[in-house]
Amino acid sequence: MLAVETTDLTKVFNGNIAVNKINLQVKEGELLGLLGPNGAGKTTIISILCTLIKPSSGTAYVWNYDVVKQQDKVRSSIGIVFQDSSLDEELTAFENIDFHGRLYKIPLNLRKKKIEELLRLVGLDDKRDKVVKTFSGGMRRRLEIARGLLHFPKVLFLDEPTLGLDPQTKKHIWDYIKRLKEEGMTIILTTHCMDEADNLCDQIAIMNKGEIIALDTPFNLKNNINKDMIILEVSETKEDLRLVLNLPYIHEIKIEDNKTVRIFLNEGESKVSQILEKMYQHQIKVNSLRINRPTLDDVYLYYTGKEIKEDYPDNKIHLRERLKLRRRKI
Amino acid sequence: MNTIYTIWLREMIRFFRAKSRIIGSLGMPFFFLVILGTGFSSAFNISMGRNRYIDFMMPGVIGMILLFSSMFTGFSVIWDKQFGFLKEIMVAPVSSSGVVLGKALGGSTTALIQAILMLLLSLVIGIKLPSFSGILLSLIFMFLTSFPLVTLGIAFASKMNDPHGYQLMVNFLIMPMFLLSGAFFPLDKLPNWLKYAFYLNPLSYGVDGLRAALIEVTQFSVIKDLTVLIIFSAVIFLIASYLFRKNSY
Repeated sequence: MLAVETTDLTKVFNGNIAVNKINLQVKEGELLGLLGPNGAGKTTIISILCTLIKPSSGTAYVWNYDVVKQQDKVRSSIGIVFQDSSLDEELTAFENIDFHGRLYKIPLNLRKKKIEELLRLVGLDDKRDKVVKTFSGGMRRRLEIARGLLHFPKVLFLDEPTLGLDPQTKKHIWDYIKRLKEEGMTIILTTHCMDEADNLCDQIAIMNKGEIIALDTPFNLKNNINKDMIILEVSETKEDLRLVLNLPYIHEIKIEDNKTVRIFLNEGESKVSQILEKMYQHQIKVNSLRINRPTLDDVYLYYTGKEIKEDYPDNKIHLRERLKLRRRKI
Repeated sequence: MNTIYTIWLREMIRFFRAKSRIIGSLGMPFFFLVILGTGFSSAFNISMGRNRYIDFMMPGVIGMILLFSSMFTGFSVIWDKQFGFLKEIMVAPVSSSGVVLGKALGGSTTALIQAILMLLLSLVIGIKLPSFSGILLSLIFMFLTSFPLVTLGIAFASKMNDPHGYQLMVNFLIMPMFLLSGAFFPLDKLPNWLKYAFYLNPLSYGVDGLRAALIEVTQFSVIKDLTVLIIFSAVIFLIASYLFRKNSY
């Protein structure tokens, strides 16, 4: 059975196409990772699948329910951990989860038991009666994940679950996500962190400008670019590096600032000396050289063509943080 | 039912956790009552039948508390939006009118608690005690006054995202509503064009009903006050639910 299926899913915001004709299929029990630069449309897709916004055209089904026509059914089947905090800061950890449990109509006894269980799982059982205002970023995240799981969702959406967390907490959450996967939960995850995607995902969809430009398993993605990569840092030169490196066994060359050269080829090790020879002939100074077997980072860069922007908060989050600070002062 | 109770419960927890809010919100109206009430009655020698001016003013001050406190609930909707908590509610399998009703009842309850505290305070400073049935009737009016105002606040808050904008908007609304409600002085001799504003203001009927209950003075009648307030409640609630569903995310 398909847990999530979209057909030509499109969303237009004020004339800007945020998501363009997305076709996704996620099988039950699978973990799909959505990768892409900020503004690629990842969060928009999640918002549509969570029924928060309506698609402009195309269809989307979650657990065989239409996200437009059967909102309530979809909502009961999913759990979400949003990119930004969505906790009530004035309530305690327990009250936040309890509120959630009541909204999802989980009977009292089961609710109590499950909440204690989940708080223990995310290591917050000793903080159960502390107000969320006093929590650190990692604690909030963990609490949100615990909350998202309370009602036994069939499909779990994690929008950058480890954004801004320290390595220990990150590891903690990854282990936890793996456990959920083993228990058969379907998970859709967005992330900027390639390690995370490589570690966790069965399938990875790389997005750019509202479109999916690659969709496969991490292993295949890495294999499909089927190239070793030689990265050269060269001193400034007036020579056209592409002409210099016009060698038959080079698949592709990507040059940044006429300084960083990425050469894609097979059997990199045996070709290095020839390439250096060429550079020497043209009197181009090579400052450093690295041979890479492709990682997911390389796959990502290959498809999206630019480095990942670090996760600077966008303006909206920024405002929110400021408001929080101000409220604390009051 | 379950949704309404859950949302209401949260409002209650938040309210009782913010003790400064309770005291702070009572301060200004209390000083209004004591200072303005005493000042006006000595300066102008206003007579209101057998009531002193300060007795006449007391139901108005309660109306003022209901107005301020009720509009504050809309503010909490905006905060929920800002802090992302509203998303948590919007993705839950609950009806949006249930959410609005829960919020509205929560807001009305907090307004009611503050109004009752004010009523007790005013007894302390020597305002004459209404009859028991009068107090019961006043509780009904307190609720019916605050409910349409809370839902009005929610309706505005649904359309807006900016807390500062909402604050300005509410100030812009509160002042004329308050001044044109007859809270501090009778408005039966208004020129016609102002009279319409008076008649269109839910608070006018609330204050009039409170006055009927607490000091047995009324400009309309208890029945009319009740009917109009119930109609206001129903209409504004429907509008608020609609706007909340449409615009909340």
